Amino acid sequence: MAPLFYILAALAILAALSVVLQRTPAYSALSLIVVLCSLAVVYLLLGAEFLAVVQVIIYAGAIMVLFVLVIMLLNARQETPTDRSRLARWLGAPLLVVFLGEIFFAVWQRFPPETIPAAPVLVGGPRAVGELLFRNYVLPFELTSILILVAVLGAVVLAKKEV
Amino acid sequence: MPFETALSLLAILVKVVVVLVALLATVAYAVWLERKVVARIQSRWGPYRVGPHGLLQPVADALKIFFKEDFVPSEVDRIVFWLAPFLAFTLALVSISVIPFGSSITISGHTIPFQITDLNVGLLFVLAVTSLGVYGVALAGWSSNSKYPLLGGLRSSAQMISYELSLGLGVVGVVMIAGSLSLREIVERQSGLWNVFVQPVGFLLYFTAAIAETNRVPFDLPEGESELVGGFHTEYSSFKFAMFFMAEYANIVTVSCLATLLFFGGWLGPVFGPPTLRALLPVFWFCLKVFCFLFLYIWIRGTLPRFRYDQLMAFGWKFLLPVGLLNVLATSLIVAWRST
Repeated sequence: MAPLFYILAALAILAALSVVLQRTPAYSALSLIVVLCSLAVVYLLLGAEFLAVVQVIIYAGAIMVLFVLVIMLLNARQETPTDRSRLARWLGAPLLVVFLGEIFFAVWQRFPPETIPAAPVLVGGPRAVGELLFRNYVLPFELTSILILVAVLGAVVLAKKEV
Repeated sequence: MPFETALSLLAILVKVVVVLVALLATVAYAVWLERKVVARIQSRWGPYRVGPHGLLQPVADALKIFFKEDFVPSEVDRIVFWLAPFLAFTLALVSISVIPFGSSITISGHTIPFQITDLNVGLLFVLAVTSLGVYGVALAGWSSNSKYPLLGGLRSSAQMISYELSLGLGVVGVVMIAGSLSLREIVERQSGLWNVFVQPVGFLLYFTAAIAETNRVPFDLPEGESELVGGFHTEYSSFKFAMFFMAEYANIVTVSCLATLLFFGGWLGPVFGPPTLRALLPVFWFCLKVFCFLFLYIWIRGTLPRFRYDQLMAFGWKFLLPVGLLNVLATSLIVAWRST
């Protein structure tokens, strides 16, 4: 399974780079879908079929569809790059390298490669996820649902005002 | 052991090829059946020239469409314009891989299930692939860079997102009763009574939403010829158009298969006779039920007029969705009451 993982990881990273570097919003959105789908396949490799399918349904199938829909509605084509920030142009790349190096160093120190345990067999079935959600984490789960409901109401109010 | 592995690989390969060929043949003859049945409904004869009763019409259609000029308008976004039909077609074919079409057959000690792969979340897998199907339509509309496809693409994306919810809610009741997301287990739970009698509201919800999800009459607004020329595929020709066309019919077949599995007992039916017949009869029952659904689809197309767009949205959000929620609520109460 390891070579498959590396292929998927490389695909995810390339697509993630493409999200940032593309000039056309639609291409960025498409690349993000590729990232999400390759992550879903990684979940599948780990044995978490439920998580993989839910990842595709929610992120790729629902959230990204809305992104694509908005891009279509605005009919956004290629963006023209702005040359405003000289500071960002000169400092951006070095800062990025420092930041990535820091993360890499921290992870390396915390989990040296020889101590990484083999991936545990995930019990990611719908039953396991459901029991965790409705027993151990029932309060956060319900609070999140109320938060989402409030957000939906807010969106409706904002949208109605303009009519 | 290598021999065993090779044998099981061979079995999988054979299954994949058989299922794909069967699906594509069904798609081709679903088009023929549709033309025939709609013609009879409208008091015409339908295709009659190519082969007896026009039976070779699909072959003629395929030849015609492959030899047509593949015209790409100059202002389209070429990559996405290519990607969209392939995406639509591939996704339409992928979901058939988890559909079980029979129980299993035993050949010289090896039990081979009639299914390409038995995912324990098979139902969710089909829903996930269906939810990705929107991209084919949306991207086709966007990449064409032309107003009618864009409007058609927008309409159908909005429609598919809206009706996906009702589709999911219609299915939840069945999942709660079966206590499983595996299509095989859901079918096996129906050996006493088909789910359609336990979940009539769920079935009606599912079927209505499925018609909308596959963009068929009376919900075929994305294509509304009279207002949108041809909808999202206006700028497509030749092979790429054929891919959209085949994707639409493959989706209809998948949705019919799912309706059969979830509500009409899948391959369950009277089984008798010698062992070979016993193994093959379930497949026959499954195909018969799917055929009935395909016929129902065509019948509805020949009967009903098209909705207006605002009616479609109001129907989806203000009627189907609340009914779906109520159905889920009632079913969960009954299931909880029974289990205590």
